[in-house]
Amino acid sequence: MTSDAPEGMRVFDRRAVLRHRARAARGNGTHDFLVREVAERLADRLADVKRDFPLVLDLACRGGALSRAFDSAGVRKARGIQTIIHADGGFDLAARAPAPRVVADEEFLPFAEGSLDLVLSNLSLHWVNDLPGALVQIKRALRPDGLFLAALLGGETLHELRAAFEAAETDVEGGVSPRVSPLIDVRDAGGLLQRAGFALPVTDVDTINVTYADADALMRDLRGMGETNAVRQRRTTFLRRDTLARVAEVYRERFADAGGRIRATFQVVYLTGWAPHESQQKPLRPGSAKTRLADALGAEELPTGDKADPGG
Amino acid sequence: MPETPSVDPKLLEILVCPLTKKPLRYDREAQELISDAAKLAYPIRDGIPIMLVDEARQIEDKGAA
Repeated sequence: MTSDAPEGMRVFDRRAVLRHRARAARGNGTHDFLVREVAERLADRLADVKRDFPLVLDLACRGGALSRAFDSAGVRKARGIQTIIHADGGFDLAARAPAPRVVADEEFLPFAEGSLDLVLSNLSLHWVNDLPGALVQIKRALRPDGLFLAALLGGETLHELRAAFEAAETDVEGGVSPRVSPLIDVRDAGGLLQRAGFALPVTDVDTINVTYADADALMRDLRGMGETNAVRQRRTTFLRRDTLARVAEVYRERFADAGGRIRATFQVVYLTGWAPHESQQKPLRPGSAKTRLADALGAEELPTGDKADPGG
Repeated sequence: MPETPSVDPKLLEILVCPLTKKPLRYDREAQELISDAAKLAYPIRDGIPIMLVDEARQIEDKGAA
């Protein structure tokens, strides 16, 4: 760990993230199944929130996958959505989405305080260096009682590929380098929401298992999604051919099913939080209870003995 | 050249400078959003505001027309 905190906190090369996504956007669009799948799941979740959201921001819209999922699920009408602002860090990705569009960096949001009813983010916030900072800015841009709903990749994602790389690099090159980006632990996500000032924070997880013919096919897909490594300290030299061959071998040995196809795990973490508003339920103040816990449990209340009495 | 597409008015209403979070001035002629506080002009291309500090034009002090 470096002692230079701000520098050390910038794990990701944001330009590389945008480059990878822009390259993905120019592709034939057959690799974005995960983005489309999660967009549909987000649409389902929003359909269940019985509230109207006239002005919506799709943060990192990747060409508008979420908008399309909303249209086909009828969510736009059901949730009273009048405008979806499509924002992306890359001009090309914003330009592919329906208007209104804006190029914006998730780490420096250009939206006025209290201006939005709903902020959505589909599989992008795992590339943000300062997630707590981004969450604070999102909360600030929301109207009181506005909703934040996001999906991002969690720490279990691609654990098979991580393990295969580690084993292969150790075998072939005698050392390990970060090949798969570090991702958020679900257990930390709720705390981050709370720290950012969101009310009623909820996190939950979907695990999506995908099978591939081989490790090559998996990596083609990751490139096609723009989800390849953008860690600043990644090795920028090309992967050695013998290392890559060993990765494929280890992957097959350890993670193939009976039919010989390899499996890959994508852990999707959903974050939900509301901008605080007085109408929301809140925990009671400590000491405001009207019933003794001991009575409710039918137990005898004993002093804990933690507090020494002043005399001794 | 087709005419310049205009920026969505609802979007224009809520955009602020990403650096200072202060309001912006819309220069329709130059197709720029100007942050007086940060002395930056954010370009608008094809009706899409580019709200990136890296892409913004630095505005010189006084005298600039």
